[in-house]
Amino acid sequence: MSATTDSALQAIVGEFGADRSRLLDIVEQVQRRFGHISDRAIQLISTLLGIHRVEIEDMVSFYAFFNREPRGRFRIRLSRTPISFMKGAREVALAFEQALGISLGETSADGAFTLEWTSDIGMADQEPAALINGTVLTALTPADVPQIVTSLRQSCARDDPGALPQPARPEAALPKANIRSSLVKAGPLLSGLAGRTDGIRAALALSPDKVIEEITKSKLRGRGGAGFPTGMKWRFTRKAVGSDHYVVCNADEGEPGTFKDRVLLSEFPDLVFDGMTIAGYALGARHGLVYLRGEYAYLWDSLQEVLKTRRRLGLLGKNIGGQQQFDFDIRIQLGAGAYICGEESALLESLEGKRGAPRDRPPFPTERGYLRQPTAVDNVETFACAARIMEKGAAWFAGFGTAQSTGTKLVSISGDCVHPGVYEVPFGTTISELLDQAGAPEAIYVQVSGPSGQSVAPKDFGRSLGYEDLSTGGSTMVFGPGRDVLEIALQFADFFVAESCGWCTPCRVGTTLLKQGMEKVVAGRATVADVAQLESLGNTVMRMSRCGLGQSAPNPILTTMRSFPELYEARLAPVPFTSRVTLHDALREAVAVQGREPVTEES
Amino acid sequence: MAAATFRFTIDGIDVEASEGQSVIEACDAAGIYIPRLCHHPDLAPAGNCRVCTCKINGRNGAACVTPAARGMVIESNTPQLTDDRRAVIEMLFVEGNHPCPYCVASGDCELQALGYRLGMVAPTQPYQWPGRKIDATHPDIYLDHDRCILCSRCIRASRMEDGKTVFGFEGRGIKMRLNVDAEGGLGETQMAAIDKAAGVCPVGCIVVKRGAYQVPNGSRRFDKAPIGSDIEAKRGSRKP
Repeated sequence: MSATTDSALQAIVGEFGADRSRLLDIVEQVQRRFGHISDRAIQLISTLLGIHRVEIEDMVSFYAFFNREPRGRFRIRLSRTPISFMKGAREVALAFEQALGISLGETSADGAFTLEWTSDIGMADQEPAALINGTVLTALTPADVPQIVTSLRQSCARDDPGALPQPARPEAALPKANIRSSLVKAGPLLSGLAGRTDGIRAALALSPDKVIEEITKSKLRGRGGAGFPTGMKWRFTRKAVGSDHYVVCNADEGEPGTFKDRVLLSEFPDLVFDGMTIAGYALGARHGLVYLRGEYAYLWDSLQEVLKTRRRLGLLGKNIGGQQQFDFDIRIQLGAGAYICGEESALLESLEGKRGAPRDRPPFPTERGYLRQPTAVDNVETFACAARIMEKGAAWFAGFGTAQSTGTKLVSISGDCVHPGVYEVPFGTTISELLDQAGAPEAIYVQVSGPSGQSVAPKDFGRSLGYEDLSTGGSTMVFGPGRDVLEIALQFADFFVAESCGWCTPCRVGTTLLKQGMEKVVAGRATVADVAQLESLGNTVMRMSRCGLGQSAPNPILTTMRSFPELYEARLAPVPFTSRVTLHDALREAVAVQGREPVTEES
Repeated sequence: MAAATFRFTIDGIDVEASEGQSVIEACDAAGIYIPRLCHHPDLAPAGNCRVCTCKINGRNGAACVTPAARGMVIESNTPQLTDDRRAVIEMLFVEGNHPCPYCVASGDCELQALGYRLGMVAPTQPYQWPGRKIDATHPDIYLDHDRCILCSRCIRASRMEDGKTVFGFEGRGIKMRLNVDAEGGLGETQMAAIDKAAGVCPVGCIVVKRGAYQVPNGSRRFDKAPIGSDIEAKRGSRKP
């Protein structure tokens, strides 16, 4: 047994050339093969790679999808977001608990099932959704659950008990294992797509510098939300000195409520790869990397097929498009459950097989990125835009949107609306217009750009999408009458607790303190002083944190304080002080031990 | 070859710096103290604690990891930055378990000394009371995880200075902990009491056995002078 295990482990490490920078892949394969990362695996990998076990544990313990102890052969992960809760995820969870006889977070006694929550899996338009060993289930109802569990039990009996059921296998047998196309409205970016090579052909007809000039002229800015001018980023990267240059596509679409990159990668992958290839040509890069979030593992096979076809057509590989000395290929790196890896420097660390802790800047990735070489990290949508810009020209692109925010934006709309999905709209579109299109006339609150973005109240629905007003990565969560805004803000605060990387103090500790402060507010126990202290804490976390995650983690609280002050006021405890813990809670443990309630003075 | 020098200002004071220096290094050399916790002059900076955050050219950045540059305008000693730094120190106090009155490091502890220097009276945030263990497996050193502030000094020292990689992080977020390079605790690692990693802990987490209380309470480093005084003394002595 042990000898077989060892040779399997050796084969996995060998598959990746015993390359330390591929540790994420190695561990991913071990997890998939054995269901957990055992002490023996850690020991053997450390020997084979010539690194310390503490370095491997450092990395393994960081990612939500890896575990050191055996778990169930089927890991059922339910998406936990305010949207999934609104759509009935709690009821689905309860149905799973009943069907499996275990509680959330537990593994069944026969080792067949583990049931747990996970952060948003990119299916906000078809919640409640779940991941079962990489297979995505959508639009679940409690009534689906018994059949799902029966199917899984049957496939469990069929499978070779040595190996974990692979993601693709249960697909056919499982109810609700299908993902509805999410594209509701295509605009100029996603319509009138001619031949797939048009953008590349147009780019190759120009010099690399001219390509960058054209992108600069289009005023394209990063679609992840931060909005850095793409032309400038490409110019910096091209000019930076290095032995290799890299193009990295950020497909770690982890912001709750967004799923537009999923749409691009499942329905327009060629457009994205066109953009990456164009970037490769413009930057003088030979290597492209797609960092695909672990939740989208189900796209792996189809994306590999597309890459294979492109290699066959000469769109990847050597002398692309007959261009001498333009060699470029693309590798896909699968993530393993960490929102922080959407932050570009954390993404680079993760690509190098390490924990996804952000880097301090300078140096910027354009100078020292992947493997310390010049690297341009761009959002999936940015590459799609770049491909169309090369095909149709900078002027065509700049004709849409506003002066400072050219082009269109893919917006993912979810929540209390009739038509959730992805909408392509020009920048400058107002929240009201979005709500009209999605069918949400009664919205009382919209969260723009996810928890890290801002809350918008009806009085501000006239505000518009764009880098000059409401900057957004695309997530648009709509909440209708009767929804508890503060409860939702608390759920977002909880999300940041789960996803803080822990590297720096303000974010590591501050996110937990913010959540605890918000719990007191939601419970109706916070005083005026508590709310003031919560605001002050939020500002400290925002000012002192190392990266964008910590800097935006207080946003759900700070922006709801600004947009909905009356809701906070209504929840205040009308006394100068309330203790953080009630006497009842403080004594709970003692009551359990003693088996009797304390005698109160009144009695 | 001497590196090129240039100048920047911090709180209106003119400072000379050379190429390759960080803001904190240049300020230390000039006798200007920026409060810090994870930074150690012998180790590469890591930017964990964020206490040395300054407003650099209008944006907040950690002085330990920001390269000094010509003409920078830096604010450090402002009421807001002092408040924010104190809030960060408070976070570390409530995150772990820090029983100053009976801690072996009291008076020698940089966390405690910064609390005093930044005017912390008592934490205003709730204690988290984490359950953490003591690792006493090593014959000469014990690890009291209650007091660990995750500053990464020992991790850096062990890897870069000792060439041993005895320490690393484990987990993420509020669950992050210091980890050692062996299943069975520190005693199974290559760690030795004379290692650099054993001597850089700013708090009372890594403690060399049989050495405690040789200097009595009341006569220790920060019992005598506030933290940062040694750096500020350099400036005093240079005054014309």
